Amino acid sequence: MTPGTRRAGRAGLGLVGVLVALIWIFPVYWMINSALLPDAVLQSARPTFLPFGGSWDNFTAVMSGGTFLPALGMSVLVAVAVVAFSLFFAFLAALAISRFRFRGRKSFVLAVLFVQMLPAEGLFIAQYKLMSSAGLLNTALGLSVLYIAAVVPFTIWMLRGFVAGIPADLEEAAMVDGLSRTQAFLRITFPLLAPGLVAAGVYAFLQSWNEFTIALVVLQDESARTLPLWLRGFVQASASRATDWGQVMAASTLVAVPVIVFFLIVQGRMTSGLVSGAVKG
Amino acid sequence: MSSTPSAGVAAMTSAAAEPRSRSPRRRRSVAPYFLVLPAVAVLVAAMGYPLVWQLISSTQEFGLAQQFGQPAPFVGLENYARLVSDPYLWTVVGRSIAFCLVAAGATMVVGVAVALLMRVLPSPVRILLQVALLLAWAMPAVAAMTVWRWLFDWRRGVVNWLLTSAGLDFRDHNWLQEPLSFFAVAALIVVWMSVPFVAFSVYAGLTQVPDEVLEAAQMDGASPVQRLWRITVPIIRPVLAIVLLLQLIWDLRVFTQIKLLQDAGSIASETNLLGTYIYQLGTGASDFGTASAVSIFVLVLTVALSAFYVRGMLKEDES
Repeated sequence: MTPGTRRAGRAGLGLVGVLVALIWIFPVYWMINSALLPDAVLQSARPTFLPFGGSWDNFTAVMSGGTFLPALGMSVLVAVAVVAFSLFFAFLAALAISRFRFRGRKSFVLAVLFVQMLPAEGLFIAQYKLMSSAGLLNTALGLSVLYIAAVVPFTIWMLRGFVAGIPADLEEAAMVDGLSRTQAFLRITFPLLAPGLVAAGVYAFLQSWNEFTIALVVLQDESARTLPLWLRGFVQASASRATDWGQVMAASTLVAVPVIVFFLIVQGRMTSGLVSGAVKG
Repeated sequence: MSSTPSAGVAAMTSAAAEPRSRSPRRRRSVAPYFLVLPAVAVLVAAMGYPLVWQLISSTQEFGLAQQFGQPAPFVGLENYARLVSDPYLWTVVGRSIAFCLVAAGATMVVGVAVALLMRVLPSPVRILLQVALLLAWAMPAVAAMTVWRWLFDWRRGVVNWLLTSAGLDFRDHNWLQEPLSFFAVAALIVVWMSVPFVAFSVYAGLTQVPDEVLEAAQMDGASPVQRLWRITVPIIRPVLAIVLLLQLIWDLRVFTQIKLLQDAGSIASETNLLGTYIYQLGTGASDFGTASAVSIFVLVLTVALSAFYVRGMLKEDES
């Protein structure tokens, strides 16, 4: 290969790379771009590619519709409950399986791994019946319980690695040096555990924030909707007239932007956590 | 696990002589059972109980009388027998498997290609590509589906406009009307959503391939294709296997994308996959017996597929 063809090859690859990047970024760009354009512009035969009409009218229209804030409240409530309880439950269980050898440990680990793979679609009708007979349909409590159960297995698995990585001897050494068990835990173990708790917490948050399938079955009342259900309802309500895509895209942006920001902040840790098992070996 | 040997020793010396030892690592402690109790309780309540209910319901008949509160009569395996002889179920199963194979296969090919591309790109372009993939990955599924519906909108969608501008007649073409093009659009969206995970995982795997080995092979006259198949692929095989397995499991159960595309006005019976079929049986027709039987079929299929994945993870647990 001469240097000339090699340089041409490099440039070609760079071009392909830019093209692939554009394909993947385009839907996200298009969402934000359309959200900032008035409906009259979106109705014209020729799409407006260049960015940002700069009008916030779609956003104010969506926000003043009166349904967004209740849905946001519901989503936040459920997400907070899911993050708090699944982290607490998973931390205790992770402590058990990484620090203790006990009868039934292996079955528990096996159950955790399998439950994590179960599809929501394989259980949601039964979960609907459960919630209906417990009187928990359309409640944040009922949805949170189902979400905690869905999230806890993988959270246990994530935290297990972090807990196992902290030598118990370290805590014991601190106790020999005169700290109480609680002090030793809070000052020595907990700071080492914090990155794991953050990663697991973000995982739980994203799952609960984005979940659609279980919510669709359990929340049927319009007054108790999480954001994904609200967005679907918004599209449907808009489609019964001629869909106002500007407002629909503003609604999508409102749902997506907090997640994207969150995701970008922690992504390095998330990716390495998801594949570490396969890459290490 | 680093604590195992010392835990064994501690258990042997302390368990018999000193039952109230402060060491948390005794063999016969009840502490671990208390620690797993909350997690087990929530799993039993939210998954175990529905699972048992589902097993029982799958042997019962739910008809009109049950909607008015009559107890459902036991019918044995009749629901299963009826399903097995129902050609529509087999249509849905065949469709789901075909969709899963196409979507997972395409995701793997594109994902691995993108990962290889990232390895050879100069860093500014690589970072641009990584940011683009991350943004797509971070999009919540429902928001992403809404955008894709707008992109493929039959009147003002940018896809029709682009194709028409390129000289093809796609003016007012409705992509979601015909089942085949409905599934093509669904597969395209699923691939777009899944490629970032595959690309990043495989890219992380590729960093494990030593450059010296590749250079040595190049000097020995191996072509780029030979280097890929003989050196790179065998080294990253564990990553490829686990990622492929996860894609198969996830694409078999695809629900959100299909349900939201159906919202756009397609005929549900022609576009159902297993997830939407169960949903329709359970919530639309209140036929909990049949819905339970199909659900159990899906669960068994998933557990069978997951067995390989779980085995790999268990190995990690034991190491």
